[in-house]
Amino acid sequence: MAAKKKSDSAKLPGDAELRRELLHSMLLQRRFEEKVGEAYALGKIGGFCHLYIGQEAVSTGVLSMLRPDDYVITTYRDHGQALARGMTPRAIMAELFGRIDGCSRGKGGSMHLFDRNLNFLGGHGIVGGHVPVAAGVGFAIKYRGGDQVIVCFMGESVVNTGAFHEALNMAALWKLPCIFIIENNKYGMGTAVERAAAIQDLSRRADSYDGMDGEHVDGQDVFAVRDAMERALEISRRESKPVLLEIRTYRYMGHSMSDAVSGTYRTKAELDEYLKRDPINLLKARMMDAGDLTDADVAQMEQEIKAVVQDSWDFADASPEPPLEALYEDVLVDTTS
Amino acid sequence: MPVITYREALNQALREEMARDDRVFLMGEEVGVYNGAYKVSKGLLEEFGEMRVVDTPITELGFAGVGVGAAMVGLRPIIEFMTWNFALLAIDQIVNAAAKMLYMSGGQYPMPMVFRGPNGAALQLSAQHSQAFESWLAHIPGLKVVTPGTPYDAKGLLKAAIRDDNPVIMLEGEMLYNNKGEVPEEEYIIPIGKAELKREGDHCSIITNGKMALVAMKAADQLAQEGIRVDVVDLRTVRPMDVEAIATSVRKTNRAVVLEEGWELAGIGAQVVDYVQRECFDHLDAPVVRVHQVDVPMPYAKALEKAAKPDLGKTIAAVKKVMYLE
Repeated sequence: MAAKKKSDSAKLPGDAELRRELLHSMLLQRRFEEKVGEAYALGKIGGFCHLYIGQEAVSTGVLSMLRPDDYVITTYRDHGQALARGMTPRAIMAELFGRIDGCSRGKGGSMHLFDRNLNFLGGHGIVGGHVPVAAGVGFAIKYRGGDQVIVCFMGESVVNTGAFHEALNMAALWKLPCIFIIENNKYGMGTAVERAAAIQDLSRRADSYDGMDGEHVDGQDVFAVRDAMERALEISRRESKPVLLEIRTYRYMGHSMSDAVSGTYRTKAELDEYLKRDPINLLKARMMDAGDLTDADVAQMEQEIKAVVQDSWDFADASPEPPLEALYEDVLVDTTS
Repeated sequence: MPVITYREALNQALREEMARDDRVFLMGEEVGVYNGAYKVSKGLLEEFGEMRVVDTPITELGFAGVGVGAAMVGLRPIIEFMTWNFALLAIDQIVNAAAKMLYMSGGQYPMPMVFRGPNGAALQLSAQHSQAFESWLAHIPGLKVVTPGTPYDAKGLLKAAIRDDNPVIMLEGEMLYNNKGEVPEEEYIIPIGKAELKREGDHCSIITNGKMALVAMKAADQLAQEGIRVDVVDLRTVRPMDVEAIATSVRKTNRAVVLEEGWELAGIGAQVVDYVQRECFDHLDAPVVRVHQVDVPMPYAKALEKAAKPDLGKTIAAVKKVMYLE
């Protein structure tokens, strides 16, 4: 029996410890965001708040392949990637609560999580606007002769913006080490990708640029995401070239907190179909099949995560509001170089 | 003291600052091989190489964003727009990204960068190429906006802008690039946010900036011949604005004309007038008069264009009006 388990397990990529870390990362995002939903309903969190639930294999798969000195930039749907990059639940929850201990000292909120120590260059609120910024980070890497990469997450609606094309053109022209990740969750707010893009295989947008590789990836399978990232890194880091990955996924929640989960622009039947391929359940099932994981292991992991998430809530709740003096801080720096 | 053009003054500032700090690079359309659409970057490609003098595709939104990204990770980009009219395509990067990054990251990401290029009208370029954007840009917290009118100010302010750790907007002038003026050989920096009294008088203040400072100086010289002594306050920086310099002048002269290149409504002069009424209410002997572009897009035909622009004649008339001479 033990031998059989071992052989099955060996068929899964990575070692058992890594697989456990991947599951932990994804589960933490899920439970954290469920708690965020609860906090939002109670009025602890305000403004726009976009949940990532359903897409966790993308953040975890991509970011588990990076080095600490690589760079990450993303959109306003940024909680999952922030956690997967290693930002603490406390710093993120406190930011969502608008408190001084938040990662952006309560100035950014849900859409603008930043962590300079982790090279996490922020959540950005203008669709497409951060893609040229990513190209600029790639330019700086090349300027300095480094071998880092920048990973730029974006929703699928970005591929129709001018900013996206302007950035990809320059990244290809100048051979910049940028990995552009389209998280195709099928809907730009309520508009289905078929109703917005005059191309359905979005990875083929790469074909417009000589020397740019593009591929599409199953975004519910964390191992498939990691494999694609391995290929992308090989090209981007070793050859200093941009890569475009279209990672196909699905968000289980509405666009933002005010948006119904289903009924307006997508059916419940469609949602149910995608729920069958929940990335966390898929990974759990494979690990259990392989003998990596027992129900008791899962229960223990759930319990630990629940405590961490509750702790982040308690921490955020106890953290003071920013003092009124903070209003005028960080508009400008008073230094020169 | 050497006399050089505004263009040469900018070129010197770029060369000196690029030699001083290898994080500084210049990026924009035609800045390299072509030596600059207005030859401001002449010789820099040869001297610094193509990694530091970067020709871009015609893609303002894209390369402004490249500057933002490079600044986030510690480089010091100078983004040149062939004209500020084209920069409207990049306004998302200037307003939503560069101006906001420090604040919305809770102080983690300063943006040490410069956006520069010619602003305002030249001659017969008509509606899409003749706009003055001071008030648009000065409206935004998180930016600094400088508008040098002379070669001396251009060099000193560009050097200050490049060394500043904040995003600085520099509005130059196509009609200024050939203008000559004295520029010392030794290094100097003009502090951002400091106005200069370019003419001294006690009858009336003309408060102005950028290219219009030259018009104001001419007006002052001409009025002096009629015995009218005018203070010319060249703001040089429109954000932050040197309110103290405005107030000091108006408290002395008790009359003010506010001269600007742009349109009247929500123009930079409206802000100046607000400062004047707040700081000098009891000192005013006449209502403040504004001189500005008339409220139409810039026409092409010569006579119409002349009628649309603020100029010497309109400025002199405005001074006489606040002095109740006409």
